[in-house]
Amino acid sequence: MNSDNKKCNFHYSARRAVNFAALGASLLSALFGIFFLFWILKDVVVSGFPAINAAFFTELPSPPGVEGGGLANALLGTLMITVIATVIGVPSGILAGTYLSEYGRKSRFAFAVRFLSDILVSAPSIVVGVFVYAILVKPFKGFSAIAGAVSLAIIMLPVVVRTAEEMLKLVPDSTREAALALGAPHWKVTVHIVYRGALRGIITGVMLAVARVSGETAPLLFTSFNNSFWNFKLTEPTATLTVSIFNYAMGPYEDWHQKAWGAALLITVLVLSITIISRLIVRGRTQQ
Amino acid sequence: MNNNHEKNKIIISGLSFFYGAKQALRNINLDIKENEVTALIGPSGCGKTTFLRCLNRMHDLYPESRYEGEIVLDGKNILEKDIDLIKLRSKVGMVFQKPTPFPMSVFDNIAFGLKLNGIKNRAELSARVEKALRDSALWDEIKDRLNESALSLSGGQQQRLCIARAVAVEPEVILMDEPCSALDPMATAKIEDLMTDLKKSYTVVIVTHNMQQAARVSEYTDFFMMGETLEFDRTQKIFTAPSNKMTENYITGRFG
Repeated sequence: MNSDNKKCNFHYSARRAVNFAALGASLLSALFGIFFLFWILKDVVVSGFPAINAAFFTELPSPPGVEGGGLANALLGTLMITVIATVIGVPSGILAGTYLSEYGRKSRFAFAVRFLSDILVSAPSIVVGVFVYAILVKPFKGFSAIAGAVSLAIIMLPVVVRTAEEMLKLVPDSTREAALALGAPHWKVTVHIVYRGALRGIITGVMLAVARVSGETAPLLFTSFNNSFWNFKLTEPTATLTVSIFNYAMGPYEDWHQKAWGAALLITVLVLSITIISRLIVRGRTQQ
Repeated sequence: MNNNHEKNKIIISGLSFFYGAKQALRNINLDIKENEVTALIGPSGCGKTTFLRCLNRMHDLYPESRYEGEIVLDGKNILEKDIDLIKLRSKVGMVFQKPTPFPMSVFDNIAFGLKLNGIKNRAELSARVEKALRDSALWDEIKDRLNESALSLSGGQQQRLCIARAVAVEPEVILMDEPCSALDPMATAKIEDLMTDLKKSYTVVIVTHNMQQAARVSEYTDFFMMGETLEFDRTQKIFTAPSNKMTENYITGRFG
């Protein structure tokens, strides 16, 4: 009896030690990740904040070497290109995800689509930029906002397709069957029941995709390029915050470096607020 | 015996069913009486649920499934290719083993089916939702929670909501696949009472693993084994004087 107890105790303390070690290790890894995140955030805020003023939001960039001016055109360009990319990439991505989850399922075509979008997810974004350069910039003889938006949409697409599919798949088949058993046609089951159940996940996926592309620089260098002036035409070269960061950070002037930090801060805040707002919307809806 | 007075609602003859190459049902012949509860009993994996899902062609969702034989509902073979599955399913409702509330409010759960049937008027929707909830003995419990998510109800309430949802569209036949298997005895008792009420207006077919439940609620019982009907008779006869030795062994708990 006594030795049994001892064995038990030994077992117990061994388990406690393993538990402690596992907990410690996962805590450390979490801290490791968060540490760098906060380091980057701190640098961006500390260095970027002084650059933020009214002129930054309202004025055009000043000529090289002249202090002052702002990045108003780049801010508008980023918004324009991201919104158009979202309008192209998100609906088609959700529809493709719907096909994979609700209609294609185990068909060979669905397998091919899944495989290809997995490849597309890992395609370097610069390759996407060069591709769009070849199909939209060269033939039309000029960089354009629309080419930039298309390249971002292509980067977005596979992310949206796969998250939409995964989120739709989380809705149990029994729920679909229950709706069909009431005499609902397939499309109504998809629109009224399955989308509703997957809404939260799909919105989160879309937001992640938007956040991901709004930080892209490489594909825009080949497609929307840059512009020192206001541009409202989709067919003209357009400035963006990310490309401005790239140019200004590489430039020789201290004022440019300041502006680059400011733009970095702005884009960080933009992505953060998109994410937070979408979370709030979704939370409000599910609590109803 | 008042056999003559009872009308056959569904006549199943020579029904076989296949999942791909695997045969799940073999040559089933069975009559389901109108406005009665018919219970399907038998060991797990014997084909009860498969059979039930033939009656509203639920298997059609999965392309590898195949039917043979006939299921005649009100004089029409529902296994024919040109049958309108949407019409069939609004005539033959179904309640599943686990509660399947839709991710929306209690009210919308029931209104969903009603809207499918073209009821758009708000007042009429409200009246029909209330009636369905009353018929399912749920109204008093949740009349103040109609706008809450159906997912916030307890398991027993969710299952009665699913019954209310099926009843609301006024089908003629209601299929129930072990509707009480996930519920506690109190909730089970409520649903059994409900079944007894339901048979006044509907033809009910229920799959159950609970022998007492079959004995309590059903008028007819069918004993399934290995995808075949071993014995079909009045419940009273099956439970008191089964003609097949296997049936007797099963219902007395000697196997299964």
